[in-house]
Amino acid sequence: MSNSSSGNVGIVIVSHSSKIAEGAADMVRQMVGNAVPLAWTGGDTDGGLGTNVAGILEAIEVAWSPAGVAILVDLGGAETNSEMAVEMLAEDRRARVVVCNAPVVEGAVIAATESSGGSSLAAVKRSAEEFYA
Amino acid sequence: MSLDRGAREKLVRALAASMIEHAEELTSLDQAIGDGDHGLNMKRGFEAVLATLPGLADKSLPELLKAIGMTLVMKVGGASGPLVGTFFMELGKALPEQPARADLVAAADKAIDAVKMRGRSEAGQKTLLDVLVPVQAVFAGGGDAKAIAAEAAQAADRTTPMLATRGRASFLGERSIGHMDPGSRSASLLISAAIAALEFEATS
Repeated sequence: MSNSSSGNVGIVIVSHSSKIAEGAADMVRQMVGNAVPLAWTGGDTDGGLGTNVAGILEAIEVAWSPAGVAILVDLGGAETNSEMAVEMLAEDRRARVVVCNAPVVEGAVIAATESSGGSSLAAVKRSAEEFYA
Repeated sequence: MSLDRGAREKLVRALAASMIEHAEELTSLDQAIGDGDHGLNMKRGFEAVLATLPGLADKSLPELLKAIGMTLVMKVGGASGPLVGTFFMELGKALPEQPARADLVAAADKAIDAVKMRGRSEAGQKTLLDVLVPVQAVFAGGGDAKAIAAEAAQAADRTTPMLATRGRASFLGERSIGHMDPGSRSASLLISAAIAALEFEATS
């Protein structure tokens, strides 16, 4: 987990596997350095494969930016848990967090690259989602 | 229906026991067509619920249901956490403190709609909705405790020949046919446990 005070859109990576989440975050860092607030979370609350809402909420907090946060997820449970986490945020933050419909690794790298240029949350989400479109 | 503190605690313990006792069965169902963690996840969630007793039973029924839902959301650690957790939370939000049967029917309708929204799913996709929706039809239609419990078991059985089009099992396509949906089985078990604990009466 690391942070940036750049004001760019933050990126959160959510995978069932903490190794995948961490590895994807490493790849993002290699591309954009510290220009983008970034956090990852993976695994269930016992450390097994899975995702959990508490971990996602924490990651959103770490990657928080006034410009918003884009979440990249792997499989269904990661998406469902991420949407649940977004709903549990304070109301003024809820509208500034989006879950992207994109592959987790490629989506994270592209979203972060877009964010590093100062793009809006909508533009970051669009770039990630257009990758395979 | 009025539940005193003892009845509320009995309900919580019965729900938890049903998931803890059937954890292995749920896991083996999930190993066939999912990622094999459903039993463990539900067990973990309900063990966390049990850990909030005895204070949990001091809460009113709506607050107790909301608290169970929140614990499941935070602890289950799979898609089932938000789905089952949402059901409990919405049920709690919609119920008055001493609900009549009509209040329970209306609240269950809202809770099922919330599960559909959360999962972006409808009945027929081999998910827990394939138990919740038909059981609710029997409940709303005036069915007694026995009829509701029977429908819960039969509805779970009816997921066996279904093709999964939502959830992890949908990745398997036609290979999902021939296995009971684990989420339907856990929903059925929870419904049966609740009915048994409440000694539910259709006329109450």
